[in-house]
Amino acid sequence: MGELRLMKGNEVIAEAAIRCGCDGYFGYPITPQSEVMETLMNRRPWDETGMVVLQAESEVASINMVYGAAGSGKKVMTSSSSPGISLMAEGISYIAGAELPCLIVNVQRGGPGLGTIQPSQADYFQATKGGGHGDYHLIVLAPASVQEMNDFVDLSFELAFKYRNPVMILSDGAIGQMMEKVELADYKPRWTDEEVKEVSGSWAAIGKSPDREQNIITSLELASDKMEQNNIRFQAKYQKIRENEVRFEAIECDDADYILVAFGSAARVCQKTVQLARAKGHKVGLLRPITLFPFPTEEINSMAGHVKGFLSVEMNAGQMVEDVRLSVNGKAPVEYYGRMGGIIPSPDEVEKALEQKLIGG
Amino acid sequence: MGEVAENIQNIIKPENLVYQKSPVLTDKVMHYCPGCSHGVVHKIIAEVIDEMGIQEDTIGVSPVGCSVFAYNYIDIDWHEAAHGRAPAVATGVKRVFPNKFVFTYQGDGDLAAIGTAETMHAVNRGENIVIVFINNAIYGMTGGQMAPTTMVGQVTATTPYGRNVDLNGYPLKITELIAQLPGAAYVTRQSVQTPAAVRKTKKAIRKAFEVQADKKGTAFVEVVATCNSGWKISPVESNKWMEEHMFPFYPLGDLKDGEREDPEALKMNV
Repeated sequence: MGELRLMKGNEVIAEAAIRCGCDGYFGYPITPQSEVMETLMNRRPWDETGMVVLQAESEVASINMVYGAAGSGKKVMTSSSSPGISLMAEGISYIAGAELPCLIVNVQRGGPGLGTIQPSQADYFQATKGGGHGDYHLIVLAPASVQEMNDFVDLSFELAFKYRNPVMILSDGAIGQMMEKVELADYKPRWTDEEVKEVSGSWAAIGKSPDREQNIITSLELASDKMEQNNIRFQAKYQKIRENEVRFEAIECDDADYILVAFGSAARVCQKTVQLARAKGHKVGLLRPITLFPFPTEEINSMAGHVKGFLSVEMNAGQMVEDVRLSVNGKAPVEYYGRMGGIIPSPDEVEKALEQKLIGG
Repeated sequence: MGEVAENIQNIIKPENLVYQKSPVLTDKVMHYCPGCSHGVVHKIIAEVIDEMGIQEDTIGVSPVGCSVFAYNYIDIDWHEAAHGRAPAVATGVKRVFPNKFVFTYQGDGDLAAIGTAETMHAVNRGENIVIVFINNAIYGMTGGQMAPTTMVGQVTATTPYGRNVDLNGYPLKITELIAQLPGAAYVTRQSVQTPAAVRKTKKAIRKAFEVQADKKGTAFVEVVATCNSGWKISPVESNKWMEEHMFPFYPLGDLKDGEREDPEALKMNV
């Protein structure tokens, strides 16, 4: 068993980064995730593992530092919260277009605009449908616990390098700020320059040796026929990700008449709702997507044949419910319940909404 | 006639070769307009990389603008950046590869407009990178619109009656601002319109790379450059126009030559 500690979600992101052999963190402070960089600065990983930590002048600069360092074939990351992620959208599109691996952590707060610093899930569309310009997808992981904040850092780098694609951990202010018991991973050494060359030497800008062609990190292709081919390649990659990387958790779904669909903090609330509803005799289950892209479309669709309805529970105005409806494809009723602006729904009110919208209706 | 041909044959023997295309330049035909300064500056950079023997250890960061395809011409690994973000991209590369040579190549729109923040802060951190700044006082690629460095009274597509300070603000002497920053080690302004100027610029760029090797801080080389297409005058007239109108406002020469400020000297007393 790994080392056990009581830690904040944000602190765990930092600790996991150091332990998984991350080479660089570039970021800018914003509530409610500033502890990520604070923890890193406090831990001085440059002394311990050689990991670079740099506070940039803006989110725009930090994502472009990530872009540069990711193009060097290294394990690099940033973290921010909603308005900061909007500023990073340009850089994220470039990273996706240049097909580089990196990790972006979004500890969401309520929006739009400057909004609030309370937890929210209102960046679902931005995270899963693009966010920046052009046809691209991030791989999006949605942790529901401090343990998953830990586990998803290493997993993100694994997926990022497997598909040469940016990965986002889509968390929120509640999980970032809550303290829970966490089992930390053992240390993995950072890749040596030789290992970087082995893993990424075919594409990374690491210095051109005489025996090979230039490696050029770019998303530019002025010829539209070639740019279309690039896009076709990207879409094929996203399809492969859809086929291989769907992750979800099904809680008491086997005999369920009604299924709550919720991720992250909302899923934590819904776990309690399942208990409340079952105590009342309603057969309710919870499907928790862990990957929001790729979305567990087929799993939801196969459940749709034998349930009486789905309730998508979100801390936004109803964003994921669109994906649930597409997945269900008319086989069963799909309703939405949510709170906005940084409010976390209570298990009771979700249970009430379930009764009103589906069970009693 | 036979004797002349024989003499020529004697002269063009490999052992008599005094000048050739740098092996660090690719064979691709450059897309730049005739009379544009980019080609000359590319050649200088390639020669410096070759002469220093650092081709395998150099990573370039190319800009948005006319020189967006710089990576097609200089035979090293490159990283293309979004408009203005080159110094941030270079920071990312340099921080994870502290022993590589990293340089950005940027125009006036890239460096002095959309990327002002990234430029100022990279220099202010004293990043050990080289920034090559091509200032031709106009936006070339988008078709000759006003740049931050456009001269007062200069006609462009977006200042058809000439740049008017009341409407458009003043030309930005960004290099003078850069020279004030404690992280800057070497800041210079050069040009490439004559053989003598080319030699000086080459010396400046070589020095900039040496400053980086010595980890002295940021090296910043502005090249006052021509854009005869944007200015809508001939290459010869462009050189004259640049000398007459730009040099008085953007005087050539070193603005700073040393190393970044000693951090110990700036430490507050505790």
